[in-house]
Amino acid sequence: MAGGSSINVLEQFELHPVLGGLGEALRFSQSPLYMIIAVCLVLAFLYFGMRPAAVVPGRLQAAAEVCYEFIHNMALDTIGPEGAAFFPFVFTLFFFILAGNYIGLLPFSFTFTSHIAVTLALALMVFALTVVVSFKVQGLRFFAHFMPAGASPFLAPLLIPIEILSFLSRPVSLSIRLFANMVAGHVMFDIFASFVIMLAGFGVVGDVFAIGPIAINVALMALELLVGVLQAYVFAILTCIYLREAVAH
Amino acid sequence: MGVMTRTVRTGLLLTVCGVSLLAVSAPGAYATGMPQLDFANPLVTGQVFWGAIIFLVFYLVLSKVMLPGVARVLEDRGQRISGDLEIARSAKHDADKAVAELQQARKDAMAEAQAHLKTVLEEEHRAAEQQLAQINARLDTEIADAEKRVADEKARAVGALKDIAAETTQALVQRLTGVVPDAQLVAQRVETACAPHTI
Repeated sequence: MAGGSSINVLEQFELHPVLGGLGEALRFSQSPLYMIIAVCLVLAFLYFGMRPAAVVPGRLQAAAEVCYEFIHNMALDTIGPEGAAFFPFVFTLFFFILAGNYIGLLPFSFTFTSHIAVTLALALMVFALTVVVSFKVQGLRFFAHFMPAGASPFLAPLLIPIEILSFLSRPVSLSIRLFANMVAGHVMFDIFASFVIMLAGFGVVGDVFAIGPIAINVALMALELLVGVLQAYVFAILTCIYLREAVAH
Repeated sequence: MGVMTRTVRTGLLLTVCGVSLLAVSAPGAYATGMPQLDFANPLVTGQVFWGAIIFLVFYLVLSKVMLPGVARVLEDRGQRISGDLEIARSAKHDADKAVAELQQARKDAMAEAQAHLKTVLEEEHRAAEQQLAQINARLDTEIADAEKRVADEKARAVGALKDIAAETTQALVQRLTGVVPDAQLVAQRVETACAPHTI
């Protein structure tokens, strides 16, 4: 691509079968591979962090405990006392997304959260869970949510479709928010990195100008570290908010 | 922060220059469709299948093994801290009780010592008074004896004085008259002469 005329920034999102024919037959691309790596990293972090099980924790154990307590407090504060039952789910969700976002920032790796199929599946899972929990806890009163309390009955024909629409758009907004953030970040990385390579074809002047995109990419990396944790947090906290509505009597 | 801002600004400037350079020299950059939206690709949908399995395994391992382990450690710590606090509290309670007992014992001992001192003082006082009374009594009898002895001596002296007076009278009369007076008469006269003086 150096000195060439094409910048294919979307190439990085392409999926390739792992292990050749076997991966192709099992539909196993590098995306599930990085999911496994991410999951293993989180589990290893928790395992090695909590292995001393010390009363006075070391650094790694303190970090693991901070992670636990952060999500635990978020689940219990947002959902309420029933949050304890959903805490493992929220923890899994948060760290699955966080690890996916962060692992994707490593060079030569793949960001599985940049695929709408993955984020939509996660969002639909959350959506399905909230609907099931709502029906289980509230029964048919669940439908009362679509008519805001205290609103005039004359507004019902307007309000109810809006409420239903906003309810149904939850998984869409949840999935697209994460997907778009990750795609945008990685496209930006790729664009600025491509500039560097293309500018290298212009000799000394290009080399000097190439410092610019490199500096931008360094700043972008800081931004993406923030975005990665922020999007995982947004996903988890919205899940908690939806679950609070579901368990509310 | 200032360094960061300056770096970003310089970077942006350089990038803009670089991109302008590229734009004039290498037009025709293109992008194909997003690979994420190519749902005909079995690998794209395969992610959902594998992702579900991986997520489920992740969830099960976390909820059954890892998170209860963390919870146990945190709970142990909480129990240990509250237990230690309890021990400290009971130790303080014991110490307070011991101090109170000590103070009570000191107070009792002080009161006992005071009482003891009082009885001893009273006893001493009484003994001293008794001794004083005894001494007084003895002195009284001694004084009385002495007075009696003085009176006796006086009486005896006075008695002897009458004899001496009679003898002296007899001797005087004999010397003056040359006649020996009757002793009984002299004694009678001396007696009579002494009577008004009641010696």
